Amino acid sequence: MAKTHVSTTINGEPVEFLCDPTQSLLDVLRDNLGLTGSKEGCGSGDCGACSVTLDNRLVCSCLILAPEAEGHSIRTIEGMAQGDQLHPLQQKFVELAALQCGICTPGFLVASKALLDRNPDPTETEIRYWLAGNLCRCTGYDKIIRAVMEVAADMREAAR
Amino acid sequence: MMNDVRYMAPSTLDEAAGALAAANGAGRILAGGTDLLVQMRAGVVSPGVIIDVKKIAEMTTIEAVGGGFRIGAAVSGAVVGEHAALRQAWPGVVEAINLIGSKQIQGRASAGGNLCNASPAADSVPALVAAAATVTIHGPKGRREVPVEKIHAGPGRTTLERGEIVVSFTLPPRAPGSADAYLRLIPRTEMDIAVVGCGVNLTVQGGTCTSARVGLGAVAPTVLLVEDAAQALIGSRLDDKALDAAAAACRAVCKPINDKRGTIAYRTKIAGVLLKRATAIALERAGRH
Repeated sequence: MAKTHVSTTINGEPVEFLCDPTQSLLDVLRDNLGLTGSKEGCGSGDCGACSVTLDNRLVCSCLILAPEAEGHSIRTIEGMAQGDQLHPLQQKFVELAALQCGICTPGFLVASKALLDRNPDPTETEIRYWLAGNLCRCTGYDKIIRAVMEVAADMREAAR
Repeated sequence: MMNDVRYMAPSTLDEAAGALAAANGAGRILAGGTDLLVQMRAGVVSPGVIIDVKKIAEMTTIEAVGGGFRIGAAVSGAVVGEHAALRQAWPGVVEAINLIGSKQIQGRASAGGNLCNASPAADSVPALVAAAATVTIHGPKGRREVPVEKIHAGPGRTTLERGEIVVSFTLPPRAPGSADAYLRLIPRTEMDIAVVGCGVNLTVQGGTCTSARVGLGAVAPTVLLVEDAAQALIGSRLDDKALDAAAAACRAVCKPINDKRGTIAYRTKIAGVLLKRATAIALERAGRH
């Protein structure tokens, strides 16, 4: 079976890859490109562990065929820190222990960043609804929500 | 997933419809993929060719036309929700589309996909039925235009013919004093499948309801247009008597399943409750226009 050639942009860098027509974007990220930060939880769009952005839109990479990435811009958890400098959300998740086993964490971080990029001043309710598509089975959501709220407040303060 | 599958992303509808017809039942349209990929992974469908329609401009844009709107069938829920003029004119349609799945799902899932997946519990469909939306279909024999309530044939089945593709939805112009609303009942607060869904679309002039349409979901094999409920509302001042009659009309058409989400008796009762609540929301919104 012929492989499909795809040209795309991942975390700002041009990337080309070969894939099977029905391979998911998540599988290509993890297996072909070695970007293993995005996780597969459910493989059916329910858990959000595979969250990435496609043209700045939050999506589940398990529900995208890799050939659909042609010509689009994808951002993954690997593009979040600047070198050794953690993104404020990553830093705050560490400080507030907003993670335990960590499988859901990349998805929560990508989703939270997508929210704050759009809405720098979300209410707690808005954050909870926005993150309803990300499931965590160990930390409990409260610490995660607190972390996002604190980062939003810090970033607004810094922007003054 | 299987490997003997072809992926194509044509830029014209003729090409897409031709490929779909040529696939002879083994073709699948890919819009947001939030149902198709799940079904492929579960082995429920195994297409020979996947036709991605997101490079077809007519299917991926929203336009204001003739006082109404044309919504491309593959436009994502997120894009629908960000369209201020559409939200203003059709808040019920927009809230129904935006109830489908999480933010991640909203980034991809489309009203066209929701319709063609043909779940009786599809959230966008009762609201589109109440809105008197029509669907533009493009196929090998040309184009046709049908009311949205004519598309569902049963769970997972549509009235589309071989090679036909749902291109767009058209929402009609709005009379002053018009508004719509959609409500669904789910046991959680977010991310679940409707136990019952109800869309109500009203025009209210001088306190009297002059036109109404009601769509009901998840209470029969297909989403229903409940004309008797609309008739009970039209001409009334939307008082308790009219609402009771409309709720009774909704209960009367219910032929729901019994499952873990709700019993027959529960779904039937809730259909009437949601009718009243959605009507109250639509009425309140209509007063602001």
